[in-house]
Amino acid sequence: MRERTEVEVSFELNGTPRHLRVDAHRTLLSVLRDHLGVLDVKEGCSEGVCGACTVLLDDRPVSSCLVLIPRIHGRRVTTLTGLAVEGKPHPLQEAFVRFGAVQCGFCTPGMILTACAYVRAHSGVTREALRRALAGNLCRCTGYVKILDAVEAYARSVRDGG
Amino acid sequence: MMNLRLIEPDLIVDLNALPLDYIHRVDGHLVLGALVRHHMLEEREEVRAYCPLLSEAATFIGNVRVRSLGTVGGSLAHADPAAELPMASLALDAEFTLQGPEGRRTLPAAAFFRGVFETALEPAEILTEVRVPIRGPREGWAVEEFSLRAGDFAIVAAAVRLRLGPDGRVELARISLAGVAAAPLRVPEAEDALVGTAPDPDRIERAGRRVAEGIQPESDVHASASYRRHLSYVLVRRGLRKAASRALGEGAA
Repeated sequence: MRERTEVEVSFELNGTPRHLRVDAHRTLLSVLRDHLGVLDVKEGCSEGVCGACTVLLDDRPVSSCLVLIPRIHGRRVTTLTGLAVEGKPHPLQEAFVRFGAVQCGFCTPGMILTACAYVRAHSGVTREALRRALAGNLCRCTGYVKILDAVEAYARSVRDGG
Repeated sequence: MMNLRLIEPDLIVDLNALPLDYIHRVDGHLVLGALVRHHMLEEREEVRAYCPLLSEAATFIGNVRVRSLGTVGGSLAHADPAAELPMASLALDAEFTLQGPEGRRTLPAAAFFRGVFETALEPAEILTEVRVPIRGPREGWAVEEFSLRAGDFAIVAAAVRLRLGPDGRVELARISLAGVAAAPLRVPEAEDALVGTAPDPDRIERAGRRVAEGIQPESDVHASASYRRHLSYVLVRRGLRKAASRALGEGAA
């Protein structure tokens, strides 16, 4: 016997407070895309492997496909849109454009969020460390080199006080 | 588990509100609540300093998103035969606290893992706490893993712990493997052969061979039994070398 349970959740999405009543079994990914129309979060494998659905929960990257919606009550959720500074693209987004790190673009939001969280949390970032940090975000187009170039340049600019 | 359609539960009880994300140092042990996250093992200074084997094992777990949310208790209770923490807990002689309606009991890691996703947990019990000994002087460790891609399940992984006496001979040896049986296992014959000897390349080579002879891995779509056996030999040998050098010179990490 399966019952449907609805829950009330309050959380902060990209700086804006949200209050929802939704089925408790829904994932954060499904609520973001299907309920709230936040389409910069992508659905890839739905098994936590590909990284396309990455969001920041508080300040850590998580697979939104693996997070049941009751878990985000009282937390902060950041998607790519939330990185924008006063309506302008985040410097890491600009670096992705400058280095040609985007091809089809499907992995890009997760890639940028993961990289951004990593650079914020670590000083003295090396290319090897970035490779490890981004190992869980799959890109089927670029071969990763330009993505790493972009993130490395951004990390350097942060370090140098850019 | 649900996304992989491995389980389809009627009811889910969220344990996250329980106050179990503590890390304490008590009587030569590190005591970890079951809700300590994988990233805490990687990043928290007390774990890196007092139980570096756990920190190193955590770096191999899944990807950064998995490590953000995954818990120590969850990984142990899930008991995937290829997982890092069950294997690490064997090499560390960890003790688990299980709690249920009948009360609380403690169990050594070696008595906890029973098979693929099978443990000593009773249906109404949860794992609440893990105790691991703090790294002693002249104690070295290593975690080695082979997987097809970063973040994939291990084809084979090995965890090794070596403690040397003041004379440079092995006082304690632990070798545990994941991915070679239905549950993580130790290889006591290889451990015993190291005790009392100096961990030179020759002894280490022989220990690696003993490990390969002492296990009965199975073939599956990912790897044949003989390939797993070979990997076990290579990873254990590599791990023992690293553990020995870490035991000899503290900074040789």
